[in-house]
Amino acid sequence: MTESPYRPASGIVEMIGITKRFGDVLANDRLDFSAQWGEVHALLGENGAGKTTLMSILSGLYRADAGQVRLRGNPAQIHSPRDAIEHGIGMVHQHFMLIKPFTVAENMVFGLKSPREPWLDLDGVAERVAELSNRYGLAVNPRARIQDLSVGAQQRVEIIKALYRGADILVLDEPTSVLTPQEAEELFKILRELAGQSHTVIFITHKLDEVIAVADRITVLRDGRRIATVGKAETDKADLARMMVGREVLFRLEKSSTTPGPEILAIKDLWAHGADGRPALRGLSFSLRAGEILGVAGVDGNGQGELAQVIMGTRRATAGHIYLDGKEVTHASPKERLMLGVGYIPEDRNAVGLIGSFSVGENTILNTHFSPPYARGIMLDRRAMVADAERLIREFDVKTAGHGERAARLSGGNLQKLVLAREVHRDPRALIAAQPTRGLDVGATEYVRRRLLEQRERGRAILLISADLEEVLTLSDRILVVYEGAMTGLLDAKDVEIGKLGLMMAGTKQPVAIH
Amino acid sequence: MATAIDRIKSKIIATGQAKPPERARDYRRGALAVAIQVAAVVAGLVVGAGLIAGSGADPVVAYKAAFAGAFGDFYNFLETLVKATPILLAGLGVTVAFRCSVWNIGAEGQLQMGALAATALGIAFGGRGVPGIAAIPLLLVAGFAAGGAWGALAGWLKVRWRVDEVIGTIMMNFIAILFVNYMITGPLNDPNSGGVPLTRKIAEAAQLPRLFANVLIGSRIHLGIVIALAAAGLTYVFLWHTVPGYQLRAVGANPTAAQFGGISVTWSVVLSLIISGGLAGLAGMSEVAGLHYRLIDGFSPNYGATGIIVALLGKLHPLGVVIAAILFGGLIVGIDAMTRAVRVPGSIVFVMQAVIVLFVLAGELLARRWRLVE
Repeated sequence: MTESPYRPASGIVEMIGITKRFGDVLANDRLDFSAQWGEVHALLGENGAGKTTLMSILSGLYRADAGQVRLRGNPAQIHSPRDAIEHGIGMVHQHFMLIKPFTVAENMVFGLKSPREPWLDLDGVAERVAELSNRYGLAVNPRARIQDLSVGAQQRVEIIKALYRGADILVLDEPTSVLTPQEAEELFKILRELAGQSHTVIFITHKLDEVIAVADRITVLRDGRRIATVGKAETDKADLARMMVGREVLFRLEKSSTTPGPEILAIKDLWAHGADGRPALRGLSFSLRAGEILGVAGVDGNGQGELAQVIMGTRRATAGHIYLDGKEVTHASPKERLMLGVGYIPEDRNAVGLIGSFSVGENTILNTHFSPPYARGIMLDRRAMVADAERLIREFDVKTAGHGERAARLSGGNLQKLVLAREVHRDPRALIAAQPTRGLDVGATEYVRRRLLEQRERGRAILLISADLEEVLTLSDRILVVYEGAMTGLLDAKDVEIGKLGLMMAGTKQPVAIH
Repeated sequence: MATAIDRIKSKIIATGQAKPPERARDYRRGALAVAIQVAAVVAGLVVGAGLIAGSGADPVVAYKAAFAGAFGDFYNFLETLVKATPILLAGLGVTVAFRCSVWNIGAEGQLQMGALAATALGIAFGGRGVPGIAAIPLLLVAGFAAGGAWGALAGWLKVRWRVDEVIGTIMMNFIAILFVNYMITGPLNDPNSGGVPLTRKIAEAAQLPRLFANVLIGSRIHLGIVIALAAAGLTYVFLWHTVPGYQLRAVGANPTAAQFGGISVTWSVVLSLIISGGLAGLAGMSEVAGLHYRLIDGFSPNYGATGIIVALLGKLHPLGVVIAAILFGGLIVGIDAMTRAVRVPGSIVFVMQAVIVLFVLAGELLARRWRLVE
């Protein structure tokens, strides 16, 4: 299929007006996308921007609610991964779909018909694999068992598998997330090689460096919409960072000037592993004072989630120290830390902040239920819970049928108000707010931000983790920029250039501006 | 003036839109859940009818006999309650564990251990003049503790060594059943039994009294049903009105959020298995102290497994479990009566139980697929 006679000037892949909805969430909103013959096309965007959804539609895992897919100039109906393969589309997933005890060759033919039914022709397969491997510089031994291969090699097997099935359009979902920097570089070489031999490579990423390193063209997605498609020559990292995370300034909030008080939270040389077992925090240090908002800016997935977890005590620090009010809490339980006065507004409210099957009332006491007035010895005082829940619903204007309604019924904005109400009501000395306005409409966003500023004025310390630069700039007093779990800059929010900030978010170290 | 009217209007619209549809949806949800359970039971009965017809009997005659046998008159209903007692206690135990998303399949083993402990203690009370007011509570504690310890062991294996509780509890069922078997035939065997696998009788003071023995002559109904119903009430209070109950449900519903809420997942898992096993242990204690007064080989026709069924059928709510347990007590008594009326094998009862479980699970799946519930 490599020698297709059709070489259009326009896209080999054209997706027009793609819309996909999951429940209330619009994952793709009338998206247009096109990739050309023989190019490496990066699909850039934050987590939740709709990249993977769009490519899952192309590879037949999902069906679009609306829109059209055209391949090589003709309309295509892709209803299953099998259809996608027949159209020459191969997808390499973030999690490999390989059978570990099998050899490379055995994995190739899995699900395919053998030319010598009922016998396998593994020698023939091995020959073909070796041929593909040589041609694209993949360096894969067809007789090796998958379980004996490194992660990078397994990924190359996935690429060969797609090529073996005749794919000339390769889609890679966050391919470097599992690789070491060296392996990533090898991968980029392979991708260039494939593009050079007239394959089309679409790769999904949120890392700016990779885009600059390997892509010919870049399509930036945000909130399910296409922001722009640009050639690499016409753009730079700062520009891309702005397109990826930026948002039009909606409004200005009045921020009173406060003098920061004593240090509430201190982080010293903190290290921690991510879920994949590789270091996600690499020696992070900072201090958070009473009456200030410290913004943590960075592209998603650079250790922000792990930072919040380590501070809350649900993820173990592998090295370093955490002090709360001068008291070391590095090894304290989550409950001890809650009682010492940390609060958390998590990024993922449904999975982390709330229990969907619990009532609104039960959710308002999720992290205080063990203390009076809710706990009276072993008994739970539901009347105290209901009274406070009703007050919070009124005070924070949470739209709900009542304290007895299941939380899962609430809309995203009201869920966030509920979490906010709970945390503000607890009045913790240090509050960690992660993406507190993500997915909220303008009104709810303004409300949440105003409440955070209110807490700041009351002398509380707030750590604001956000990939939304506009939010960080609006709310923060100081801005800590993180990249791959380490600090790349610490700035005063008053004199920040977005372009410079974007560079730091992309990993360029800047001298620490203030102390 | 106009603004005031507008405000009232918007209020009317707001209340009109927000509240009643929510309520209506909640009612619909509840009604649907009940409908699924009822349909599952009916489906089980229909399959049972096919089996009865297949073995050459008239299903209508058979079911009439079964219904009369289980619910037909007051005495028969009392016998249904006698059978429902261990099923209810085991079902409550399963409910507590399942609410924590701990899949305790080991109610049978925990029941056996509870029965064994109660028997051993009851025999030890013999001839020592322990009054009933002390003996019965002590036997309750022994039954709960033994079952709870057996459950706790599975919990420890899970949190310390990551042994999946499904495998762990199933395996521990075998250990418990065979260990009890050994005790009945070996150390605790009644020397006067002539080799029959049963133990000596427990002390009279330790026996649960028959209820209204002077009035209900010939009925076997005993204090166990009162204990079981009280346990249902206490289970409800525990799950919804205590701090550990709240934590256990939180862990079951969303362990990540629970952790961030300062709840120890490890402790909740172990606690759920202790209480779960303890309730199952009470089921065994009640059978020994209320019915047989000794441990007899095969005294439990796998009440533990039936407990799982009634817990699911009762939607993991104590009230639902009470209803389901009485239904299943009736099923056992009724089919017993049926086998006496028409010639059908008694093992039909197990087939029908299994069919009901399958239909309960399938019903929930289909309701979700057809978007009847979200």
